[in-house]
Amino acid sequence: MNLSSKDLLGIKELTKDEITLILDTASGFKDVLKRDIKKVPALRGKTAVNLFFEPSTRTRTSFELAEKRLSLDVLNLSVTTSSVVKGETLIDTALNVQALGADFMIIRHSSSGAPHLLSKIVHASVVNAGDGINEHPTQALLDAFTIKERMGRLEGIKIAIVGDILHSRVAKSNIYLLTKFGAEVRLIGPPTLIPKEIESLGVKVFHNIDEGLKEVDVVMMLRIQMERQGKGFFPSTLEYFRHWGLTTERLSIAAKDAIVMHPGPMNRGVEIASEIADSPRSVILEQVTNGLAVRMAVLYLLAGVKG
Amino acid sequence: MPKELLNKQDIDRILARIAHEILEKNKGIKGLCLVGIQKGGVHIAKRLAVKIKEIEGKDIPVGSLDIAFYRDDLNIRKKQPAVRRTEVPCEITDMKVVLVDDVLFTGRSIRAALDALMDMGRPSSIQLAVLIDRGHRELPIKADFVGKNIPTAINETVEVSLEEDGYEDKVTIE
Repeated sequence: MNLSSKDLLGIKELTKDEITLILDTASGFKDVLKRDIKKVPALRGKTAVNLFFEPSTRTRTSFELAEKRLSLDVLNLSVTTSSVVKGETLIDTALNVQALGADFMIIRHSSSGAPHLLSKIVHASVVNAGDGINEHPTQALLDAFTIKERMGRLEGIKIAIVGDILHSRVAKSNIYLLTKFGAEVRLIGPPTLIPKEIESLGVKVFHNIDEGLKEVDVVMMLRIQMERQGKGFFPSTLEYFRHWGLTTERLSIAAKDAIVMHPGPMNRGVEIASEIADSPRSVILEQVTNGLAVRMAVLYLLAGVKG
Repeated sequence: MPKELLNKQDIDRILARIAHEILEKNKGIKGLCLVGIQKGGVHIAKRLAVKIKEIEGKDIPVGSLDIAFYRDDLNIRKKQPAVRRTEVPCEITDMKVVLVDDVLFTGRSIRAALDALMDMGRPSSIQLAVLIDRGHRELPIKADFVGKNIPTAINETVEVSLEEDGYEDKVTIE
């Protein structure tokens, strides 16, 4: 089986079978990552360009390492901008990168839809590494891989996503993915941080964390975006932790063997207590390792889609 | 209509013979490890391990190797090959590795498997065991243990069906 599109723009566009293909392929790459020599020649001679129009350490380094372990040549363009990058600049940059002979363009951009625009212009495979408040597909894929590895399945799993859903592309990609597989998705957070009418995506909304966490198998904590502090979404970080932070006591409401996830970077003592982050229930560092395998799988499979 | 070349009993006898040959050449099971190439080779390797245990009374490590990332035709294939698990239960450095596959044809899979193995360690030697050698080599590769040599035309298809995949044990040509 092949993926149907040359690009990975979002989970929304993928079928259940395509997601399963990516996760199965990632298992093969995880085997590679356990060896002494963690590099394979699969994509030798091809070039990847990482276009990051927004700050990122985790995702960018993960993509870069995934590319290198597939024997791709890697070019990093960190575009630091103070104002929103306008469409034309993005297109010009992409065309220039294309002229250099890029086979893959990994893009992160503050504007939702930027990767979609790019994908229509360039021949290269475009991978969305996070676009505005829209999607972050590889994060959802690595989360699904981690849940599947720990729980053995996605179907019927009860999962709570806690925090700033409103500004979270991670939450959105996860909602699309998990509901496709018939997981029960609960969103927990203050009304100011949960989009209106999000129930139409097939999720349940809770404004009380103690109610929402009942019997869940997975607790996914989202980062409170500190840059939004002081804009009226919540009174203070201390107040936030008191109402929404994950503590040992709160975790005991969840299923006995529930796991704790976080896409990083964590704010210890804001959305998650340190003792939870460092506990055996936390799979946060496994998520990082799995991210590599999943991104290798995505690039490998996209290379098989012939234009 | 596919023509049957080997039946269940033929395959069983061949594997018993190859198991003896592997033990004879390596003077027992010390330092020996079987690695099957995904996917048909894995089943054959596991069966050889059972035969070897029947003869020597001891288990030997048997693993699986996926060669998708090492293929030389990734750029020209219509579809990316499916990626299966690579699980080798022992450190292969300084081991005598017997690579196992169902059909030896162009030799390109074996070339890929050699590269994949070398990335996992430095075996003291690598030998090759195959159920069928159908000729038409495109690389200088030769098997150490051959179940049956079958002369074929290049456009013919040799199919190894095994019970592990839910079929009846047999080898056919079409």
